[in-house]
Amino acid sequence: MAMLEIRGIRKKFDTLDVLNGVDLSVERGDVVAILGPSGSGKTTLLRCINYLETADEGEMIFDNESYDLANASAQKMMELRKKTGFVFQNYNLFFNKTALQNVTIGLTVGRKIPKEEAEETGRKMLEKVGMGDRCDYYPSQLSGGQQQRVAIARALASNPEIIYFDEPTSALDPELIGEVLAVMRQLAKEGRTMIVVTHEMSFARDVSNKVIFMENGVIVEQGSSAEFFEHPKKERTREFLRMEDNRTGE
Amino acid sequence: MNQQVWDILVDSFMKILIPGFTMTIPLTVISFALALIIAVITAMIQYADIPVLKQIARFYIWIIRGTPVLVQLYVVFFGLPSIGIMIDAFPSAVMVFALNEGAYCAETMRSALESVPAGQMEAGLCSGLSWFQTMWHIILPQAFRTAFPPLSNSLIGLVKETSLASNITVTEMFMVTQRIAGRTYKAFWLYLEVALIYLIFSTVLTWLQRRGEDRLNSYGVRR
Ligand SMILES: Nc1ncnc2c1ncn2[C@@H]1O[C@H](COP(=O)(O)OP(=O)(O)OP(=O)(O)O)[C@@H](O)[C@H]1O
Ligand SMILES: [Mg+2]
Repeated sequence: MAMLEIRGIRKKFDTLDVLNGVDLSVERGDVVAILGPSGSGKTTLLRCINYLETADEGEMIFDNESYDLANASAQKMMELRKKTGFVFQNYNLFFNKTALQNVTIGLTVGRKIPKEEAEETGRKMLEKVGMGDRCDYYPSQLSGGQQQRVAIARALASNPEIIYFDEPTSALDPELIGEVLAVMRQLAKEGRTMIVVTHEMSFARDVSNKVIFMENGVIVEQGSSAEFFEHPKKERTREFLRMEDNRTGE
Repeated sequence: MNQQVWDILVDSFMKILIPGFTMTIPLTVISFALALIIAVITAMIQYADIPVLKQIARFYIWIIRGTPVLVQLYVVFFGLPSIGIMIDAFPSAVMVFALNEGAYCAETMRSALESVPAGQMEAGLCSGLSWFQTMWHIILPQAFRTAFPPLSNSLIGLVKETSLASNITVTEMFMVTQRIAGRTYKAFWLYLEVALIYLIFSTVLTWLQRRGEDRLNSYGVRR
């Protein structure tokens, strides 16, 4: 039984159809890369499955629990979010909290874990992303890459079943991308279940085991990462991969 | 200014300053504390876009901002007794100033809340915090920092505004000055003297405001 099963998500913004019936299945330990041109609905998909956006239709089974993506109580949303982590494109660290507080607040306030225990976990997580020496820094005192690593530590702190990443490196200067990808590669190696929206073809190729290619709110093609890159079935997929190769080749 | 005027001024200085400490300052502090509570609640209702309550909040702000404080003081202290509601002078003044400042500060707080990027709330929710927990620990502290200078200005404005309470028999500094002036016929010098005391109060507050801003800016500045 899949750990995460999404069926028939539809989402409209006013008259614009952004998601037109997306189905997706994720097994424990999967690293799923979602590729697709700008505006294809990748961010909206991730936001819908964590209730940051309410879908018009759609159902999700997560951890043997069923969720109506079009309609849920605040209680139910909280319950789901406590089992997931989310890493944003622009980090969204809490400006008024230090790196350590950013990581621990979801534990102390959200989950009522004692402060000492939360701080121990927090330090361990920051250590893990290579930010152990920056515990008391505020976000404004950190570089983009460092902020994103703290954000990953924050998402990891509650040991979630799955972590969603929305283009975690695309707001970063090229020389800072590597340090964030290295952390994510490490997480994949440890068997973390992740869904990663990305433009980093090397990450999709080398780290993820499943790839999904989206366009116009539908999944055009999906498959194992090897299959997807070596033998893409659809002409549209081949065209997209050629374009990405050119882009990164330059 | 002759010796006689000087003696009156020296003699009256403490007589004016004491009600400053026993009336003007408590009136200001209590009213402003209540105003802040009203402001935060009213601003949060609007930020969260709660139906009905939001309309009530808008209505309250509309009424208060559209009418003079002096008239509000008269309505509460001289008006309400005629329909059977008696409130003493001091609590009447507290009520009016709290509701009045509350409405203005609510607007300050609302725009400060809206200036906090939406991603902060989303990150809070995704970290397993509830809406209210995120509001309390993340959004409000950031909004408060933005709102601190305009809120301080409101506080300084309120110190001066409390002189209007003399109209409803609150024996604060200005009322006491009026009495001494009536007795001694040295109105010009005495009103200058009370003006000077208000100026001292405002200056101290301005200095505290600057210290407060420095403290708030000394860490975690948003990029
Ligand atoms: N809140 C919103 N209101 C209206 N339209 C929106 C909203 N959010 C997204 N859209 C629209 O929905 C479409 C899909 O957006 P989405 O952000 O999901 O795309 P994406 O695949 O993540 O693109 P990118 O690669 O540029 O991040 C776009 O056309 C976008 O303009
Ligand atoms: Mg996107």
